[in-house]
Amino acid sequence: MTTVLATRSLVKRFGGLAATNDVTLDVQRGARHALIGPNGAGKTTLINLLTGVLEPTSGTISLDGADITKLASHLRVRRGVVRTFQINQLFNTLTPLSSLALAVSVHRKTSTRWWRSLGSDAGVAAECEQLLGRFRLGDVMDQPVHSLAYGKRRLLEIALALACQPRVLLLDEPVAGVPEGERQEIFETINALPADVSILLIEHDMDLVFNFARTVTVLVNGAVFAEGDVQSVSQDPRVKAVYLGEDDVT
Amino acid sequence: MSIAPAALSPAARSLAGYARWRWWELALFAALPLSWLLLPGHALLLKDIAILALFAVSLDLILGYAGIVSLGHAAFFGFGAYAAALFAKEVLPDPIVGLVVAVAASSLLGLATSVLILRGTDLTRLMVTLGVASILYELANKLDWLTGGADGLTGVVIGPITVPFSALAGFEFDLNGRVAYAYTLVVLIVVLLIARRLVYSPFGASLQALRDNRLRAASIGLSVPLRLIAVYTIAGGVAGAAGALLAQTSGFASLDLFDFHRSAEVMLVLVIGGTGYLYGGIFGAIAFKLLHDLISAWTPQYWNFWIGLFLVVLVLVGRERFIRPWTWFGKGARP
Repeated sequence: MTTVLATRSLVKRFGGLAATNDVTLDVQRGARHALIGPNGAGKTTLINLLTGVLEPTSGTISLDGADITKLASHLRVRRGVVRTFQINQLFNTLTPLSSLALAVSVHRKTSTRWWRSLGSDAGVAAECEQLLGRFRLGDVMDQPVHSLAYGKRRLLEIALALACQPRVLLLDEPVAGVPEGERQEIFETINALPADVSILLIEHDMDLVFNFARTVTVLVNGAVFAEGDVQSVSQDPRVKAVYLGEDDVT
Repeated sequence: MSIAPAALSPAARSLAGYARWRWWELALFAALPLSWLLLPGHALLLKDIAILALFAVSLDLILGYAGIVSLGHAAFFGFGAYAAALFAKEVLPDPIVGLVVAVAASSLLGLATSVLILRGTDLTRLMVTLGVASILYELANKLDWLTGGADGLTGVVIGPITVPFSALAGFEFDLNGRVAYAYTLVVLIVVLLIARRLVYSPFGASLQALRDNRLRAASIGLSVPLRLIAVYTIAGGVAGAAGALLAQTSGFASLDLFDFHRSAEVMLVLVIGGTGYLYGGIFGAIAFKLLHDLISAWTPQYWNFWIGLFLVVLVLVGRERFIRPWTWFGKGARP
């Protein structure tokens, strides 16, 4: 196993509050890694630090062994660190198709070609077609994003991340607000990603976490509370006490 | 889609039609030269409309596409005008070379001032753009050895328009403005064609994307600052072209070109015509100038009252409904 994304003693303070407190985390190549913890444990803050939305107070982040602590957000994306957001962050006046075509063009480094039409590249169209099909967005591909139903927008949120061809995918509660019946399907799509893509998942639904993840890290009050494979973490009495106690996990 | 298996996938077909010409666009592009042929007596008014339209198209690139609000867009308009007038006076009277120089100069100004609009909120940007225009206004006022100060830059003689790479005799600017209008129209059409390419490209889509959501734009790998710098530089050049055309066709540049009312007027024109679809500046400029002429012929002193009332009604009713009077009453009239 090789470590792709790693943090060392990562700290983020908001005033007196340490939202991320001395977190050392390794995400392996091809990981199916879940990040769990009670509300306010600092899960989203950690994702924001990993993607460069926030700058850490101290500590380092590295990708493939290279320090990316100070690297701008969009440059991390170009190196393959891509995320989805807990609350949809979409381009509301664009259509699903043009959003995806843009993301694919950026990934293919053709997004500065101002003299070519967005639709002129057959390769871009093929990738969009595939994503639209996979996320069943084909029938709404030409409607403005703001007019779409919530479920469709949630799917686009994830499709947009996949359009960037992630090597490390950070999913912040990807199925939040998605009806029970459709959650499994989204996870099947995520599971179908190439085996060498590393996935770090924040999720509250423990059934999904234990079906999906091989490694679990438990965050409590910004710090790593427990870490290990699914088996050991789900049976750890301390974890049960702080977090899983309310859920019926057996 | 069960009818006849298409060679292209639905997404590819839709994308292929992304930049297709709409019928009304073609009609508009045809109407521009036709106006020159059919309305020879109104060339001076039409020329003013075309210059205002070009200026508004420039504002649309930053405001309508990239979401950069500006209350000082006249900075580029005035800068281009002074650059063209000074170049003609001090260096070379050829209008086309002068236009190129003015566009280059105002693009550089756009590039230099773009760093000021990268950070902060919309309010910050409104104030910063307003401030830049005020600074240029006072510079033009103070540097009177160069700009003529408050008297304006007079004695500018523009040479005849020579068609590049041809042996045709030059066209002198005439008093009834037909040559000036033809010249302005050609520049407007060329800029529109280039801008059309730009807004339908991945670059254009990226501007709309960062206008909608900067956080996500960065999260798909876009460099938001670089895109903003690029579009601000381009828009600076286009506004400079509009200013240069005005200076060249009137043989005059004055402080008034940097004035706040210019920046406010072009914003108004764009609001009337609509933002974010490239042609709002043209429709807005036509509506604005015609309204101006109509109302001032009827009641010269109270023009501002009526344009103010018009603006209030337009914005409250909404442009979509305003231009569709049949939706004003009856079912579904309320949004």
